[in-house]
Amino acid sequence: MLGTGLLHGLKVTARNLVGSFHDPARMVTTQYPEERTRLPENYRNFPFLLGDDPADPLGTLRCVACQICEKECPPQCIYIVMERDEKGKAQKRPKVFDIDLSVCMSCQICVEVCPFDAIKMDQEFEIATADRFTGLLRHKEDLARSNAYYHQLHPTEAAAVDAALAEQKARQAAAKAAKAPAPAAAPLATPAVPPTPLPPAAPAP
Amino acid sequence: MNPPAADPLSAGLLERLPLLARDALTSGLPEPWRWVSNSLLAILAIIVVFSSLFALLTLAERKVLARVQNRPGPNRAGLPLTRFRLGGLGQPLADGIKMLTKEDIVPRGADPVLHFLAPVVLLALSLLTFAVLPYGRLLVPVELEAGVLYFFAAGAATELALFMAGWASRNKYSLLAAMRALAQLISYELPLLLAVVPVVLLAGSLSTSGIVAAQAGWDLGFLPRWFVLTPWGFASFLIFLTAALAESNRSPFDLPEAESELIAGHLTEYSGFKYALFFMAEYLGMTALAGLGVTLFLGGWREPLPFLEFVPSYAWFGLKLLALLFVFIWIRATFPRLRIDQLTRLAWKFLVPLALLNLGTAALWALTAGWGPALQPLRWLGATALVAGPFVLLGRGLTAGLRPRTYRFA
Amino acid sequence: MIALAAIALCTLAAAAVALALRDLIHSALLLIASWVGIAAFYLWAGAEFVAFAQVLIYVGAISMVVLFAVLLTRPPTAPVSPARSGRAVPGFLAGGAVLGLLAGAVLSSPLPAGTDATPAFGVRELGLKLLVPHAGALLATGALLTVALLGAVVLAAGRGKEDAP
Repeated sequence: MLGTGLLHGLKVTARNLVGSFHDPARMVTTQYPEERTRLPENYRNFPFLLGDDPADPLGTLRCVACQICEKECPPQCIYIVMERDEKGKAQKRPKVFDIDLSVCMSCQICVEVCPFDAIKMDQEFEIATADRFTGLLRHKEDLARSNAYYHQLHPTEAAAVDAALAEQKARQAAAKAAKAPAPAAAPLATPAVPPTPLPPAAPAP
Repeated sequence: MNPPAADPLSAGLLERLPLLARDALTSGLPEPWRWVSNSLLAILAIIVVFSSLFALLTLAERKVLARVQNRPGPNRAGLPLTRFRLGGLGQPLADGIKMLTKEDIVPRGADPVLHFLAPVVLLALSLLTFAVLPYGRLLVPVELEAGVLYFFAAGAATELALFMAGWASRNKYSLLAAMRALAQLISYELPLLLAVVPVVLLAGSLSTSGIVAAQAGWDLGFLPRWFVLTPWGFASFLIFLTAALAESNRSPFDLPEAESELIAGHLTEYSGFKYALFFMAEYLGMTALAGLGVTLFLGGWREPLPFLEFVPSYAWFGLKLLALLFVFIWIRATFPRLRIDQLTRLAWKFLVPLALLNLGTAALWALTAGWGPALQPLRWLGATALVAGPFVLLGRGLTAGLRPRTYRFA
Repeated sequence: MIALAAIALCTLAAAAVALALRDLIHSALLLIASWVGIAAFYLWAGAEFVAFAQVLIYVGAISMVVLFAVLLTRPPTAPVSPARSGRAVPGFLAGGAVLGLLAGAVLSSPLPAGTDATPAFGVRELGLKLLVPHAGALLATGALLTVALLGAVVLAAGRGKEDAP
């Protein structure tokens, strides 16, 4: 009969109207910026440099300035200068580590290729600035964060990385322990045996 | 027949409060000036009250529509220059300031006189219709013997302003849209008037206070004798509601001003304050028609139950008006827009025959008014059948060729 | 008296300017303004019902007919061609003849002299006057209008098969 559809429609909208006051399913707006949506764990926005010590992440950066991420970055937004001492010998630390915010596209390739788990993806997106030139260049002071921060952002990923690093460290320690007593026993048995080559280090996961 | 004017002294203090306030301001003046200033105060009161109602109505509409659509609606604009949000109550003020500060663009080829006059005429005629509504027992601005006719005369003249707006813009799309809007308005003028004729018939008076006076009393001690609670009155009320929505260009009949229809229809070339005036005139027209609906069908300023007399009559009018406006907003939130051929078909093939038959039913109801209590159920059943039967049959005729759509490739 | 003179002046001025303008839509709108002037005259004379009916019917409906007819039958921006001076003389003669006829009819009909106490003629009395002595004419007019309305609806409905739902 004409009108039954109209009444049914009115009932649906009335239910929405009344429900929006008490039913969370009927009020789906998050009132930004007072409320924030809970971001999924895999959300990524901009990289950061990982440091081991929570009290001083800048001094304990895992980055050894190997420049692999600089070479692999598709828009070439990373600029690295290795620290060298007075004699020119490379210290395995970056002196300059700049990432250009206006160029970075958060593709995560730098994270994927880093052999030392030194660079990971952050989740901060509220980084708009009015300073168009210097405000969009992040230096290593701005980029350094601790491993505890990494655990907070991506718990599963951080746990996996820590487990892999611990396993690698254990394997290296076991290999070192296996190598140490062998040369002590070798001169007693065969003096002309050449030293066994060390197995190559397992690549970082 | 004009009802005897209510004796001001016998009404309660709350009822007389607006009149006392007015007399306190103007009692010192000599006679002709006193009449002039009383009238000016009444006009000022109507303009202030209904303009504020318009502002709050825009906000209420946005909030209700938002809540129906599962979102909060505007809730940031509060007291200006402070941190207090007040749930968005400052939004109308913000919108008003925005409209006032926008550039007023008049197309070079437009007719400047007509382009300027159209919103002015529309707003003036919309405001004129407020003069005959009885807001309270003692609060009718102008007591006219043919009040309902005056209301419709002023309302019908607003169609002219719409044409002026479409013509003056010198934009073929505006003109086309204005013609379509005029076709809609003319089509729905007829069901609107035909829905009101039974009320006039049964009340025996064309004056709005007479119609409210005819809805006095309670049946069985608690059922008010409002016209909406009779079979013919209910049908008339629904027809009136539909036609009122169409007359004020309101969803689901807002084809003339929808953004997807010829940009903005006859309002395309209007910006800034003139657009705000059109907007205001539309909302005032909607409010006036809602006020007339309350007067004609919902008992005007009468209280629904006998023991609620202590609440002043203008409060009852306001409550009923707000309830009817809420129903308008609810309808807007629910129904999709009708196409021009659909809405003209609805008017001519459904509403007009239904209203004519309803007129006959109302005449029969008036003729059988003297029947005793034993025959009352027959009277009610007969009237209900006479109203429901044509509704179902005409409804079947209206939806005759329609089937749910089948999509071959979706 | 001043009010009557003002209303008459406005109405006649609107009608005269409507005749003189080239733009047809402007002329139509000024003609509508002259109808509003006639409604003001009815209000001045105390006939409220007739005034409101005049506005409702003329300004609300007949104006739409005039405007639609103008827009649908000629390009709306085409100016009305100015009357040749040869047409002026027959025009004045015809207008003068109508004026003479009306003036003669008004002056020779026995209208009662205006008294201060004019009887109040309300809507109820108007209705009774229409229905009791002139019931036949009223019913015939009503029947004619209803038949016209139904005929229009039937004509519109008859083309329903070609229209999409």
